Amino acid sequence: MTNGELWWWVILPYAAMIVFVVGHIWRWRYDQFGWTSRSTQLQERRLLKWGGPLFHYSAFAAIAGHVIGILIPKSFTEWLGIPERAYTLFSGIAGSVAAIGVLLGAGILIFRRMGVPRVRATTSAVDYLALILLGIISVLGIYLTLGIQQFGGGYDYRNTVSPWFRSLFAGTPDYRAIANARLMYQVHATAAWMIFAVWPFSRLVHAWSYPLWYLWRPYVVYRERRAGPPPEPGTGGRKWRKIGVPY
Amino acid sequence: MRPMAQVAMVMNLDKCIGCHTCSVTCKQTWTNRPGTEYVYFNNVETKPGTGYPRRYENQDEWKGGWTLDRRGRLQLRAGGRLRKLLSIFYNPDLPSIDDYGDPWTYDYQTVINAPLGTQNPSAHSISALTGRDMKLRWGSNWDDDLAGAPEHALDDPDLAGIEDRVKMEFEQVFMFYLPRICEHCLNPSCVASCPSGAMYKRAEDGIVLVDQDRCRGWRFCVSGCPYKKVYFNHRTGKAEKCTLCFPRIESGQPTICAETCVGRLRYLGLFLYDADRVTEAAATPDEQDLYEAQLSVFLDPFDPHVLDEAARAGIPADWIEAAQRSPVYSLAVRHRVALPLHPEYRTLPMVWYIPPLSPVADVAHAAGYDAADPDKVFATIDDLRIPIEYLANLFTAGRAETVRDVLRKLAAVRAIQRAAQLGLDLDADLPASVGSTPDELDDLYRLLAIAKYDDRYVIPKAHAEDAGRLAAQHEQMFCSLDGDGGPGMGGNGPPDVEGFHPGEVRGGASTFRGTDGRTHFNLLGWDGRGEAPHLFPEGGAS
Repeated sequence: MTNGELWWWVILPYAAMIVFVVGHIWRWRYDQFGWTSRSTQLQERRLLKWGGPLFHYSAFAAIAGHVIGILIPKSFTEWLGIPERAYTLFSGIAGSVAAIGVLLGAGILIFRRMGVPRVRATTSAVDYLALILLGIISVLGIYLTLGIQQFGGGYDYRNTVSPWFRSLFAGTPDYRAIANARLMYQVHATAAWMIFAVWPFSRLVHAWSYPLWYLWRPYVVYRERRAGPPPEPGTGGRKWRKIGVPY
Repeated sequence: MRPMAQVAMVMNLDKCIGCHTCSVTCKQTWTNRPGTEYVYFNNVETKPGTGYPRRYENQDEWKGGWTLDRRGRLQLRAGGRLRKLLSIFYNPDLPSIDDYGDPWTYDYQTVINAPLGTQNPSAHSISALTGRDMKLRWGSNWDDDLAGAPEHALDDPDLAGIEDRVKMEFEQVFMFYLPRICEHCLNPSCVASCPSGAMYKRAEDGIVLVDQDRCRGWRFCVSGCPYKKVYFNHRTGKAEKCTLCFPRIESGQPTICAETCVGRLRYLGLFLYDADRVTEAAATPDEQDLYEAQLSVFLDPFDPHVLDEAARAGIPADWIEAAQRSPVYSLAVRHRVALPLHPEYRTLPMVWYIPPLSPVADVAHAAGYDAADPDKVFATIDDLRIPIEYLANLFTAGRAETVRDVLRKLAAVRAIQRAAQLGLDLDADLPASVGSTPDELDDLYRLLAIAKYDDRYVIPKAHAEDAGRLAAQHEQMFCSLDGDGGPGMGGNGPPDVEGFHPGEVRGGASTFRGTDGRTHFNLLGWDGRGEAPHLFPEGGAS
């Protein structure tokens, strides 16, 4: 194992996982006030009307595709009796639809964020960082799906990227598998780990607050007027407030 | 029966002179921060006018409040829960900042720093959203005092159905002011629209609040409120709304808008209501019956059965006593001169209005009637289609008779007082003709015309005993010196606990013994009127 392999395929993923988990616990406990989608619909609505839903729903499809392709072992789909061709066909079509959706949606949203002064004024440094990483991941993902899987020669990432990804969680990182993967897959995976490390410190945390509970809770919420406990020592300062807030 | 208490407000529109003092003091208190430039928890609109944000009353466009589905059940006008979750990435019913007006400031620095020269420097308008130069096109109170009324006033949704009879000619025009705060509804559609569950109605006093730590910025409360009194802070990404100045209410003080109201037109007090009947009342089939339905939800604070149930529900005795002295209960239920704003939204709003008699009397005068003669005013009220139908569109979902009854009663009060002043003969049947008695009309006169500070604001203090106990328990878990601003965190800490006796001095202030051994006066909580012992060092103290 070279130092480079150790760094890129073992240390970076584990570091990102730790930052992801610890960062979320820390942000949840210390920055409830900053935990928001920071919607800019008030400032601009015509572009968001198309870009917002298109990007989010396509991203959901893309995430579902990753769960199928990365988390579920090839042996499992084979055991189910799904032929390789059927799998490739499905992943090719569904993946392409998702990729085109993300391409259009993210394109509209990035144009909106950069080109509309009212929206641009609300963008903080961590927003730009998350945006750049998301942009790299999306563009590469679209290239991998359309350029390689669909219209290129095709590439079986389920023998390289996927085993490595699952092995990380087993505690026995199979760095050889990913080291042999195509370069663009490697960049895509690396950028993904980086965004997981940035996630807890950016507005991306709003993803965990999708309010499914709303479907079941009573419409009108009553609360007792009870004075909350005084802030715990060291939590009342400004230091965590700056996350995602450029002002 | 499940009795609950609600702090409510009544505004007497006849007294509003449109000075915007309430808006200014409210803004200074609550929304003078970046991100809330365009936010007015309290604003004053000229009626007829488009309102703030533009045409907010047109629920066909904004889908605020509740409606009945085909089976007569209450549902949010903007659609069900699933529909909300699916449209969470783009809320189709959210007003844009241009409907409020792009908030601006001026480049004053240019004026200050301009070099000596022949040309007068001018301060450009700068957008608070982008920091760039901008052209002013729209803002709150753009149509104040009917400014631009020929262009804008006909956009008023309350003129629906009576446009052809409204005259926008200067001589025939009528207008009045409508100060608005959050309605703190019994059936709040903003709370129901909040997917995060961050908005809530306080069980003790009915104040509707946004939990800033739980709000995730999904912005459905903004579109869900038919009065558009929940605003989106564009810097923090969280919703904010009128708090009914709850820190003041809790300490028995009126809201800042009421406290500073020049015309003294605001009344604050308690209603007791039956929480079990709220949904049923809000689902009343005919929207013109909603006013009566809401009245039926209120409980009589003198009814022994109600008192028993209220005590069982844990409503403190001083709150019940305050409910019995409540000026808003008197105006709304006993005298029936206050009306809810837009009951047809089915939220059961709790800021009520005494409709203005003056524009009616003015129109009567212009039409050649003698505004001084009660019979003539009655005749006029009966004759005039406008503005009574306009007022009915505002306060009774279009039922003109209700507004006419209120105006007749107000006219009768004026007539009786005028007759008493001038020694005129008065028709003895006058009080009965408006469904009242001389004593009741006298009481109404006192409530409308004289009501001193303590009569207008009957606000029981919040019971904070339990909260204090909890806080004390909590403090034992940590070093009390490490609290915010405490000595462990670099501050001087609070005055020592032994020397801290809140409420010891009249006027809400307190004294404490400082580290120098001297007794100090604690300015925090002092209302400025009571005594201030130990404010300055006594003679001899070194």
